[in-house]
Formats: sequence, C-alpha cells, structure tokens
Amino acid sequence: MITDLTAYLPPGSFEHAQSADGMPTIYVRREHLVETMRALRDTPALRYAFLADIVGVDYLPREPRFEVIYLLASLGAPGYGEAVKRLRVKVRVPGEDPSLPTVLDVWPAANWAERELWDMLGIRVDEHPDLRRILMPEDWEGFPGRRDYPVQIKEPVKTYEPLQVSEEEFVANIEASRDRSRKH
Amino acid sequence: MPELRTETMTVNMGPQHPSTHGVLRLVLELAGETVVDTNVTIGYLHTGIEKTAEQKKWQQIIPLVERMDYLGAQSSSLAFCLAVERLLGVEDRMPPRVKDIRVLIAELQRLASHLVGLGTHALEIGAVSVMMYCFRERELLLNINEMLAGFRMFPSYLRIGGLREDLPVGFHDAVNAFLARFPGKLEEYAGLLTKNQIWIKRTKDVGVLSQEETIGYGLVGPIARAVGVNYDVRRAIPYSGYETYEFDVPLQTAGDVYARYLVRLEEMRQSVRICKQAIERIPPRGMFDIQDYRIVPPPKDKVYTEMEALIQHFLVYSQGFTVPQGECYVPIEGPRGEHGFSIVSDGTNRPYRVKLRAPSFYACQSVPRMIVGGMIADVIAVIGSTDVVMGDVDR
Repeated sequence: MITDLTAYLPPGSFEHAQSADGMPTIYVRREHLVETMRALRDTPALRYAFLADIVGVDYLPREPRFEVIYLLASLGAPGYGEAVKRLRVKVRVPGEDPSLPTVLDVWPAANWAERELWDMLGIRVDEHPDLRRILMPEDWEGFPGRRDYPVQIKEPVKTYEPLQVSEEEFVANIEASRDRSRKH
Repeated sequence: MPELRTETMTVNMGPQHPSTHGVLRLVLELAGETVVDTNVTIGYLHTGIEKTAEQKKWQQIIPLVERMDYLGAQSSSLAFCLAVERLLGVEDRMPPRVKDIRVLIAELQRLASHLVGLGTHALEIGAVSVMMYCFRERELLLNINEMLAGFRMFPSYLRIGGLREDLPVGFHDAVNAFLARFPGKLEEYAGLLTKNQIWIKRTKDVGVLSQEETIGYGLVGPIARAVGVNYDVRRAIPYSGYETYEFDVPLQTAGDVYARYLVRLEEMRQSVRICKQAIERIPPRGMFDIQDYRIVPPPKDKVYTEMEALIQHFLVYSQGFTVPQGECYVPIEGPRGEHGFSIVSDGTNRPYRVKLRAPSFYACQSVPRMIVGGMIADVIAVIGSTDVVMGDVDR
C-alpha cells in the first residue's frame, strides 16, 4: 500500500502513520497538500475520487495544535477506482498560524466542509472564495469547536435596532452577495 | 417614454417555507421564471451536538446522535455503535443474532425514512394523497419502534456492545404483519406516481447531475445510484453481516429527479427483501449483547443476587467504559447515502471528538448546482429529490 503511494506522490510530501481502525493513514505536509490530493484523485491506479469528509481536531495544548483529517475513498465502481479502498490523509496545522490551502479545485464537496472548518475551529482556508461562517450566526464570536471554548456560558441577550438601510445600501448589499456567490 | 430594460428579481425562499424540508433558506435570483443564481443559508437547526458529545460518556451519546438525522435515527446510532465497537475491538464477539436484529432495524428505518421522503416529495409537487398514504405506513413502523423501546422516533434501542434489552413479546408478529401488508401498499403508491403524466412532466430531465459531478460533490448514495454509479456501502464494505443477505442494488442512468424517485422506490422493495430474510433468522429469545460486563450492564437477575454483578452494574452506569486511544471511521449505507462517524478517543470514558459525515450536508451543498438554469418550480422538485433532512445538515 505505502510503496504504491511513494511511486505516485511527490517525494518527501508524506509519511506513513499508524491507525487504530486499520484504515491506511498518511500525514501530508501542509505545503504539499493540494498537489498530493490532486495526485491521489487523478492517478489511475489510486483514483480516490470521493472525498467523504473533512474533520478538524483540536489537540490543545499540544503543538502543532490542530490536525485536519481528509477521508478519501476509491469506490470500485467503473471509472472511480478498480478496488474499494479508503485512505485517511492527515495534515498538521500549527496553533499560531491556523491555515490550510483549499482543496476546492480538487473536490467541489470541500466547499462547505472547509467553511465548517473555519466556523468551528477557526482554521483559515486560504484562497477559499467564500469563507464565511456556515453553521453559527454571522456575528458569532469565537470558534465553538475549539477545546478552550467554554462549554457553558450565558450570552447576554442581543437586541438589534430595526433595520434602516437606504436604497443605495440595499442595492450594494445585494450586489455584494451576488458577487460572492458568483465566484464559485 | 421610459427606457425598456430587464432586471433580475431576488426572491427569498424560507427559512420557514413548507417545502424546504425543515429550516433551509434559499435566496433565488430570477430572470423571469428562470433561476440564474442562488445562495443557500443553513444553520438554523444547529444544536452543537458534536460539541455536547465531548462532554458525555460514550453510551450517553446514542440519544444525541439519533436526534441529528431525525428521520433515520437508528441508522445514526448504528453508525456510531459500529465505530466505537471497532475501536473497542469487540466487533468479532458480536453475537449473530444482534447483527441480524441490527440489520432488520436499519432496514425498517430506511423504509420509514424513504416513506417520509417520498411522501413529502410528492406533496410538494402536488400529489397530496401519496403523503397521507406514506405516513399511514410509517405509523406502523413507529408502532414497532414504540414496541421495542417505548419511543417512537428516537428509540435509542441500539447500544454500544449490543442492544438495550431483548426483543419484546409479539415483535415477530408485528414485523411479519407489516412485511405482509407493505409490498402491496408500496405498489399502490408506485401506481399513483410512476406512470402519472403530471409526475413525469415535473420530474423528468429536472436537476440532472453527471456521474463526475455526483462523486465530486460527495453525493454517494441514492443520488449517485440514480446516475449509474454502482456503489452501495452494504455491498462494498459490508458491516453487521450484510454480506450474508441477498439483495440487489438498484441503478438508473438518467440522473434526474425521476431516476432518484425510481431508485428510492426500488430500494424500499429491496429493504423488504432484507427484512424478510432477517426476521426469519432471528430467534425470539437469545443473546442481545456481547455479555462483556465492562461495557454492557449485567442481567438484572444477577444484579439483584450477586455482589460482583451489582458492582459492575454500578460502574457501567456511573463511570462508563474507556475506549482505547485512536481514530475511527466506519461508513454505513444510511437512507440518504454514506453515513458515518469520525470519532477520536484519547483513552478516557468520554470521546475527544465526534464528527458526523452527514450525507444531507453534501446534498444540500449541491442544490445550487442542480437548480441554477432551471425553472423556479423545479426548485421544489429538486430539493425533494435530494431528500435532505436539516437536522442532519446542521447537526
């Protein structure tokens, strides 16, 4: 399995890791992430065409603080890999610079998953066209998925002024939202 | 005379629209009746279950995960139990009877979920009576749940290490009665829709996705099978003894809303087949857990008569059990596609991280791709065909 990967992936970009559940696991260096992912998806012998999920884990106080797990699968269906197989790709992300390159160009499915990564763990996904909060309200403070985020807090009740926008602001707002959704 | 010009119109749909399957908000930009752009907003049902789970003991998480995908509750708990059992290393010790009961429950859950999916999908397109019929049949499945565990929608009957208790008296009769009644009823619903000209006009060639797109968007499940991707987790990576059951994986090639409807219909027929095989195999009385009293509570008659059993009982309920360190992901075929929990354990009696791979999350994400360029009336048909459950999307 691992000798297979050495033949196809850029040298020095990954290392083998142990896994408790028997799923083949590799660590990929952050700067090689996108090219590695592209190779994993496109190499005919590998053909990990399906990105099942992106999971961010916060290992505070360890450093590097975060690990991001990409669960990949080759489906064994015609055109999507010869055999049914799974691969777990892990990336270490340091706590003082929590950022990652986007894999949106490799799998469109990564779009919302990367937004969730930002929303929950505050891991910035560079070059993502639409990096906004997704599950939490837009004006939420802090990143609830982090281990140092307090579990039981009483937020003061927020009150809002009635919305007063001029016609120009209204149009500008709609235009901004259109631009944002056009980018991808 | 004023200058003639055309401009697009922005229409807000939701978050309380009756046909958005929960609280989903779409901002549609329309040129006439054509959708030219859309923006999807989710998060209205976010309850932070994944964060809450980090505070709970392993066994206490089962009721929580059932509330994520509230139409396929027992699929979620099955996925969670399988993942934890793999980390515990007790998979091989699971009695065959428990595996068969789990398969039966998962398939009944699939039927219940598809019935709601089909019923609401038809309701939104205008076939109101189908919804009434589907909910009538689902009621029988909820009665079976009530019989099992006292709860109708979230029974929490599956537990890590087995089942909560043995099957109730009369369970086999209830399931057999349902399985005898249901196939005929299913053909009735199919008769109302499959050759119905209005249904076909509303669903054929609507919301088409190619194979490459369905895989790229992560829509592995009924939506991918509707475009000919022959992949079913029950076949590809069998779990809980699915490799011993006979069933077909339905495939269609068109990839439109109608093809997805046909796939789900055929999946229901196959689920009935699996249920019939499972109920034959399950003896009415027998082992219902792995009988490892570090994980599951000892039987009550021993608890009341033996000191050691009482201590074990107390430990299981107060401290729970510890799970070896590591990460685990076990996919299962849920009603909406590949469904699985990524769990991370640090070796204590509470999980370090729990994350659901929610098929609806990915289906919801692909909605703009399917509706842009189509008519506004098709938006409703497409959302129905993705069968999204907002509890699953927002978690």
